[in-house]
Amino acid sequence: MAQENKLITLENITKKYDGQVVLDDLNLYIRENEFLTLLGPSGCGKTTTLRIIGGFETPDVGRVIFDGQDITNLPPNKRQLNTVFQKYALFTHMTIAENIAFGLKIKKKSKQYIQDKIDYALKLVNLDGYGKRMPDSLSGGQQQRIAIARAIVNEPKVLLLDEPLGALDLKLRQDMQYELIRLKNELGITFVYVTHDQEEALTMSDTIMVMNQGYIQQIGTPEMIYNEPKNAFVADFIGESNIIGATMIQDRLVEILGAKFACVDEGFGNNQPVDVVIRPEDVDLVEPEQGTIQGVVTSLIFKGVHYEMEVEANGFTWLVHSTDLSPVGKQVGIKVDPFDIQIMNKPESEDEEAVGINE
Amino acid sequence: MVKRLIQKGYIGLVIVFLYAPILVLMVLSFNGSKYRSKWGGFTFKWYRELLENEKILNALWTTLLLALFSALLATVLGTLAAVAMNRMKKLPKAIMMSITNIPILNSEIVIGISMMLLYFAISFSLGFTSVLLALTAAHMPYVILNVLPKLRQTSRSTYEAALDLGASPISAFFKIVLPDIFPGVLSGFMLAFTLALDDFVITHFTKDAKVSTLSTVIYAETRRGIEPEIYALSTIMFTAVLVLLIVVNRMKAGAAKKLAEQQK
Amino acid sequence: MNKREGRLAKQNRLRQHLLSTPYVLWSIGFIVLPLLMIVYYGLTSRDGGGFTLENLKLIWEPTHRATLWLSIKLSVISTIICLLIAYPLALALRALRLKSNGFVILLFMLPMWMNFLLRTIAWQNILEKNGVINMLLSAVGLPKLNIINTPTAIVLGMVYDFLPFMIIPIYNVLSKIGDDVIQAAADLGANYFQILWRVILPLSKPGIVSGLTMVFVPSLTTFVISDILGGGNILLIGKVIEQKFKMANDWNAGCGLSLVLMVFIFICMAIVQKYDKDSEGTSVW
Repeated sequence: MAQENKLITLENITKKYDGQVVLDDLNLYIRENEFLTLLGPSGCGKTTTLRIIGGFETPDVGRVIFDGQDITNLPPNKRQLNTVFQKYALFTHMTIAENIAFGLKIKKKSKQYIQDKIDYALKLVNLDGYGKRMPDSLSGGQQQRIAIARAIVNEPKVLLLDEPLGALDLKLRQDMQYELIRLKNELGITFVYVTHDQEEALTMSDTIMVMNQGYIQQIGTPEMIYNEPKNAFVADFIGESNIIGATMIQDRLVEILGAKFACVDEGFGNNQPVDVVIRPEDVDLVEPEQGTIQGVVTSLIFKGVHYEMEVEANGFTWLVHSTDLSPVGKQVGIKVDPFDIQIMNKPESEDEEAVGINE
Repeated sequence: MVKRLIQKGYIGLVIVFLYAPILVLMVLSFNGSKYRSKWGGFTFKWYRELLENEKILNALWTTLLLALFSALLATVLGTLAAVAMNRMKKLPKAIMMSITNIPILNSEIVIGISMMLLYFAISFSLGFTSVLLALTAAHMPYVILNVLPKLRQTSRSTYEAALDLGASPISAFFKIVLPDIFPGVLSGFMLAFTLALDDFVITHFTKDAKVSTLSTVIYAETRRGIEPEIYALSTIMFTAVLVLLIVVNRMKAGAAKKLAEQQK
Repeated sequence: MNKREGRLAKQNRLRQHLLSTPYVLWSIGFIVLPLLMIVYYGLTSRDGGGFTLENLKLIWEPTHRATLWLSIKLSVISTIICLLIAYPLALALRALRLKSNGFVILLFMLPMWMNFLLRTIAWQNILEKNGVINMLLSAVGLPKLNIINTPTAIVLGMVYDFLPFMIIPIYNVLSKIGDDVIQAAADLGANYFQILWRVILPLSKPGIVSGLTMVFVPSLTTFVISDILGGGNILLIGKVIEQKFKMANDWNAGCGLSLVLMVFIFICMAIVQKYDKDSEGTSVW
């Protein structure tokens, strides 16, 4: 990527709380106009990363560069970015309009300018005419939209969102996902989004950064993260998958559970232990004699779009998604297309697994 | 860091302001001279004489009884009142709430006088009981205001679950609701007890000559000089409460630590 | 089924009445009736018992008017001083981020376990001619202060006695304001003083209102503090009322003055509450 494209750069960020390392030598850049999602389980350091960008925490080591300026020690009120908080953090003593006007009044904008901005922002979040209401009288989803409106009227270059949909119910969450994508496109600014919900991340992001225990596990587009997880953690965290210990016999040939499967990966060496990831929808159930290995169906659940089956084969329980039904007890063969087998280096210890790859 | 230091220094200053007179009184309890403004050397004399001063010991006993019973009464009645008010419809609730607020907003002198007038009107003779009821009436609102928020937090469904599982409303109240609101009940009781222990004005107007509490004894002696035994007694009381609080706090901290270790 | 539901509803209503009736009766008997007694005495004449406004007019007698004015002045001053001390204190306490506010409340309630008359008397020791303060002043070569038996001493006594009642409600609301709200304000560009003025202060209004009430009312009506620290030559309205009952034995006059005082307090409270739109809105006043 071109140098001038990097809006925010985090350099060698380390942060400890009470001696506990939360972020360890984290490096990251965020491009202009990008929708970046920080994804990971709770305690992985994603919120801390966001709070360092927002200015609510200062890193113990490292620098935050914004638009070519070092802003590591700049307080939040001096930064050209705004945050949407997890629990909205609306000012309960002010009306909706006053909430939205807050940042503009601080900046001493003219009355007319502020009024225009309020009208524009309310329209943008589809809450026209709500200006005189108090925050308490709004639903959770509406409050969240006001929190977004309150942030964007300040025309930040970057909007930071800390699990903004976490407190909403499923249906509302899905609606808000579309809303956020639309907002992002209309505003043309950078979004940095924190979530532990992989579906949210896959739906909205341009780029996903998967984190675990303070380390970046993988950075990439949603498709890359889903189809080519770099390690077992990412594979396990994003979507469902069969993760199986295997041996790389040679280039493009892997032995899984005693059977040889053709694959497309090269360069792992000969007879090396590896992990393979196979997505459940990529496992094909065929007649026993046509399969690479044979097994028996042990459970069957109807999931609406597809059936979810478990197949016992060679001592491993395979998770299989298919639109074709195979009844419990049926003998089946298992076949996997070569390009659906994802090979990963085996981590030698827990720690290494956490460190992952740090690009 | 400097800000932190200023903050802590300021807190310390206010605490010194609040506790300085207490320190003065403690020093006075060891003063060999009978006069407040003269230092007559260190002595334990007043502590010994306190044990023989029947007037003060009687006043102490009356004060403690009044505080304890009025606080208990206020707590029981106040908790029931809070439960009842919590279930009222909006308008009756608002009316009762306003009435409840009167004794808190009203001055003690008006409460004292009004109670005295009531007793006079119904020919209820002044004495221990009249003071007890007046203190209860004055402090019950504090219990209600401590219990109501806790009741609001308590979900109705847990009470209903208890009923569903076969508990009678009364046992559901004692086994489910009461434990839930107990912190509020306890702090209401403590507040009522402390206020009653420290009360002078209401007692002053609703007692007869035979009843005397520590406050009324002290007030009567303000002009001619306080008996030093009173300083000794107050020092003992204050120290006892302080020690008790420290012990309770330690026990709580210990229990919390133990719990934390168990969870590890 | 319907019949059973009807019976249940009836039972519920009965239970509700059983629960609420005692408190309703109690409030009428011990709160409303006593106040009506004051109204009755305040509006009737001492001899004969006919309706009169004489007792209320007493407040306009020059001496009483001056007394009331002094009482209002001193209590307003003490209330403002209490607020000025307590608000920064509550902010500092909030900054400590204690896990429970029980400790703070205890710390400021604990002095109440030493009798408040005694604690006020102790201020005599600190303030008087040869008291602690003057000893310290002369030790460093400064001139002595003459505070005892002046209005200043009374204000100091009021501030001392009622300060905890300002601290606790303000601290209680401040400790409940979420960090994210304050961070949101900072995020939107507000500096510390803007956050304080536009966010923290308005959000803590309910605490300030109840603090103002709990300091102003007892300051206005006290007769004990002026007795002890005013040396008996400074008369406050509370003392005048007390004397009407305990010395002059003129209940009607005492009730007349109390009534005026009570109405004055309620009007003050109503005004303060009006400015506090965030209060729970459950009270009828």
